[in-house]
Amino acid sequence: MSAPAATSGPNDPTVRPRRRAKRAPAVRRVSAVGPLSIGIVTLWLSIIVLLPLAAVVVKSLDGGLDQFWNAISNRQAVAALRFTLIVSLVVTLINAVAGVLIAWVLVRDEFPGKRFVNALIDLPFALPTIVAGITLLALYGKDSPVGIDVSFTQTAVALALLFVTLPFVVRSVQPVLIEVDKDMEEAAASLGASGPTIFRRIILPNLVPAILSGCGLAFARAVGEFGSIILISGNIPFDTQVTSVYVFKQIESDAPISAAAVSVVLLFISLVVLFLIRSLGRWGARHER
Amino acid sequence: MSAERPGLRTSRPARYTLRFLALGYLAVLLLIPLGVILYRTFEPGIGEVWASITTPAAQSAFQLTLLAAGIAVVLNTIFGVLTALVLVRGRFPGRRFLDALVDLPFAVSPIVVGIALILVYGQTGWFGDTLENAGIQIIFSWPGIVLATVFVSLPFVAREVAPVLREIGDDQEQAAATLGASRWQIFWRITMPAIRWGVAYGVVLTTARAIGEFGAVSVVSGHIQGETQTLTLLVEQRFQNFDLAGAYAASAVLAVIALVTLLAMTLLNPRKDET
Repeated sequence: MSAPAATSGPNDPTVRPRRRAKRAPAVRRVSAVGPLSIGIVTLWLSIIVLLPLAAVVVKSLDGGLDQFWNAISNRQAVAALRFTLIVSLVVTLINAVAGVLIAWVLVRDEFPGKRFVNALIDLPFALPTIVAGITLLALYGKDSPVGIDVSFTQTAVALALLFVTLPFVVRSVQPVLIEVDKDMEEAAASLGASGPTIFRRIILPNLVPAILSGCGLAFARAVGEFGSIILISGNIPFDTQVTSVYVFKQIESDAPISAAAVSVVLLFISLVVLFLIRSLGRWGARHER
Repeated sequence: MSAERPGLRTSRPARYTLRFLALGYLAVLLLIPLGVILYRTFEPGIGEVWASITTPAAQSAFQLTLLAAGIAVVLNTIFGVLTALVLVRGRFPGRRFLDALVDLPFAVSPIVVGIALILVYGQTGWFGDTLENAGIQIIFSWPGIVLATVFVSLPFVAREVAPVLREIGDDQEQAAATLGASRWQIFWRITMPAIRWGVAYGVVLTTARAIGEFGAVSVVSGHIQGETQTLTLLVEQRFQNFDLAGAYAASAVLAVIALVTLLAMTLLNPRKDET
């Protein structure tokens, strides 16, 4: 069978083409996009994305820095943030291992139904998050047909996050694994290296940038996740409450400044992760040549 | 490429172990839960399910979801293609900043999106007074739901089209320009045919995300049954009201949409890579 249809993960902003089309020497190049198009796109992105996010930052400082600090150092907010970061990190690490394993099996193994399994990987992207939560509850909730009930526990939150972040690492590693030059593996094998050694010394180093970028996306997604968690977590403060749900509760109890302040923290984390992924993408592109 | 070279050879037991672990993980996390919920949904019989997804509340939720998704797809397709063109072909200061801005909706928590919209268009928000004087309600009404949906599904088309544009280069476009074609002609006759599968793939992803959005929509909706309730909000409300069968039935509708999306992605993906 030919190589599986490897998507450049639909959520992967770092994907860059491996080779650029050769450019003819410029004689008199006409710009394909006029100033009008640039203006329209700038305006569109400003109104839809930038303006609302700016409003969050401004609102968070409405009561001065003191109130901002009080809002984010509130004990419940700190507990929620700590749990969110820890569970996201654990989930990301599990994804790093499981993602590489699944990508490996999909690229290097042959078995009946492989195309079906390959398509299944994208299910968490396609399935609404609220349905993901209910789906997990149907098997691992209080009416569990197999007698496993994890609802309203920290395990349940991790499970929901594992579900929604599954595709990221698989989809970023898969295309790289397809392109890996097998000659080096052959050479190493002919020199007597064992399978695990070849994987660790030859294949894995090639995969590291893809694993890191997939992990970054999974982490960013996990930190902000809401829909799949709200039903399964039970939202117990100081236990299973994650930051996004905490923020939601702040809006419901009409505390917009507090909600905005904690949102700014979430926003900051997403920006840092996004920046790291983009730097990684540039670094990877430079090292490819 | 050495297609016939096997590369790293794994022993048979090792291969089976890896396969078992990978497939086991997927089964436990994805396949079995999905099977259980589909079984539970259709256990009471197809008639029950049908009755549950055709109640007036469900019908209005379905219509609102389609409206929001429809508007989001149209806007994000038009502006997404334009954004990709500007980011790939344009040379202007601030291009990198715009490029980063396009990715933001992927990384921002849906809850933050919801609050952000309230702070701009809500009663006490930046444009609150202006909008109220004009008699326009955005938050706790359908325009807010549309705005939230547009935000969260914004990057897909642009991010699918941009790599294709880079790959094809602009030689043909330049040649056409030399021969006197207008920008409009160049776009429809040369650029668009080359990127059409990328656009189609982006549209599928946008649709799936728009239909499935929950968090951002939940914050701005106000949860008025029959008016501002989308399908995903209906699922949550029924679940919270202990109407499990109803929640499962509405979930099944969304799951079927997701499966159709997956099928479309599987069919479109190879064609996208051909271009």
